[in-house]
Amino acid sequence: MMQSKTAKKRSWFSKDQLFFLAMVIPGTIFLLIFSYGPMFGLLMAFQDYVPAKGVFGSDFVGLDNFKYLLNLPDIWEVTYNTVFIAVGKIILNTIIPIIFAILLNEIRIKWMKKTMQTIVYLPYFLSWVILGSVVMNLFSLDGTVNQILQNLGLSSVNFLGSNQVFPHLLIWTDVWKGFGYNSIIFLAAITSIDPGLYEAATMDGASWFQKVRYVTLPGIMPFILLLTILALPGILSAGFDQVYNLYSPPVYQSGDVLDTYIYRIGLLGRDYSLGTAIGLIRSIVGLVLIVVSNRIAEKKTNRVMF
Amino acid sequence: MKEKFGFRQLVIYIIVILLTLSCLIPMLNVLALSLSSSEAVAANKVALWPVSFTWAAYERIVNDTQFWRAFGISVFRVFAALILNLVLIVTLAYPLSKSKRVFRSRQLFMNLMIFAMLFSGGLIPTYLVVRNLGMINSVWSLILPGAVPIGSVILVMNFFRGIPKSLEESALLDGANPLDILVKIYVPISLPSLATVSLFSIVGSWNDFMGGLIYMTKQQNYPLMTYIQSLSVNIAETVRDSSNLSSEQLQNLLAVSDKNLNAAKIVVAIIPLLIIYPFLQKYFVQGIVVGAVKE
Repeated sequence: MMQSKTAKKRSWFSKDQLFFLAMVIPGTIFLLIFSYGPMFGLLMAFQDYVPAKGVFGSDFVGLDNFKYLLNLPDIWEVTYNTVFIAVGKIILNTIIPIIFAILLNEIRIKWMKKTMQTIVYLPYFLSWVILGSVVMNLFSLDGTVNQILQNLGLSSVNFLGSNQVFPHLLIWTDVWKGFGYNSIIFLAAITSIDPGLYEAATMDGASWFQKVRYVTLPGIMPFILLLTILALPGILSAGFDQVYNLYSPPVYQSGDVLDTYIYRIGLLGRDYSLGTAIGLIRSIVGLVLIVVSNRIAEKKTNRVMF
Repeated sequence: MKEKFGFRQLVIYIIVILLTLSCLIPMLNVLALSLSSSEAVAANKVALWPVSFTWAAYERIVNDTQFWRAFGISVFRVFAALILNLVLIVTLAYPLSKSKRVFRSRQLFMNLMIFAMLFSGGLIPTYLVVRNLGMINSVWSLILPGAVPIGSVILVMNFFRGIPKSLEESALLDGANPLDILVKIYVPISLPSLATVSLFSIVGSWNDFMGGLIYMTKQQNYPLMTYIQSLSVNIAETVRDSSNLSSEQLQNLLAVSDKNLNAAKIVVAIIPLLIIYPFLQKYFVQGIVVGAVKE
């Protein structure tokens, strides 16, 4: 029909461009104010910022803040803590959910599987304010875990107050919080493995462990790699919420991470220039890592199942 | 091929059950703490089941105006942020889901958005922007900065892209403009993805305590999570400085670090999440799978 032919040729009018622009503008304004506005404030990293003078009035000091930063003994300790905790979390947040997914996959009783999944997803949705309280109840010196240890005749462990133990507590409780939810994606990956491979393995006389090792793991390996690569940019964020809710001055030495350090020194301590300087380094490293890891991921994606 | 339920299967079931219990038991402990008498709680007698069952802690909450004020602030901010988020997500996602031929400035806005996702000014500059806008101690500091959740925009944008063009074309033939098409065609079809991003928004807003921490200077302006966080006062630290506190202030401090009462407050704080939990399950899981498939 003639009418539809001509209409299709001119399906979008040029004034529709105005519509599109009008739609995009409100969101863009918010982005400009709250995402790009602060970027402008990064100038403070190069200044001796004084709130009364503002960004335009404060003295420009070039790289002085950064030189001062590199000589601060604290900053190296804090960075080490951050990377240690973050790497620990990345590794364990991959391994444990995979193990759980593999085990859960073996559960045949449907109602049981569903119920257990519902329960293990729960901690993920709770805030660290809530879980921090739960963890402190359990792991304080007079808490449940230590009571059990004492009943078994062992000495109590200062989970929340000892620099030897605290970072590990942070890592493991974070794993506990997320293992259920993080296992979802691995479970999906496992179920997409060709069942024929398992049958072939059975015919070759493979044991259960061998099947996991030679069929399941290789089957999801590209996927594991992808997720790990994508997790790399997070290496400098060990998680403000969790650390803030669980740490205390005795464990600053091992538990203070970049975000909490910036908060205490930069915000509470009003050393805006320094806090901004640390934040700037962090953002740049993060940006580089994201770009690099996404490039690597893109190259590998051709061989990944999605 | 029959599956033998052997020793190995048993071990697997036990491990999985134990892991599942590990998620359940701490919550049961909090529930029990909230329903026990405060003497039993202080004596560390409460494990999984209430000791000297009583609603007393909850009764005290009912009269705690500070708690309800914080609760109300949280409800308001969740609701306001949700609406703002949905409007901005949808209005951003629709034009961006069109090809460059259709929306000529697409690349510009896409780049603007992506860069904002990859690079941020950091805590201090963001704080100062909010402060310079006069939003300190205003509930809007909890709502406006997070107005555009970029990940969610991308999720909905990808969903829009998957919608068959034929639906649009018949509407265009009838002379519809983009806004009409968006509202009358795209939105109704996209409800699943909108449900997903709504839940992201709700959970994120409800659980956020950092906003209240950095932007509010007075406890009466705290949203719920920040208020609850402020209750974890280290009693030892405060006692050290208590020499110049009146007995009433000291009593208030002791009351504030009351395990029994705090447990009850935690339970009340979780209830809204538990109510929407069944929906969370369905749409969050969908969200991950969809998000993993597209970039």
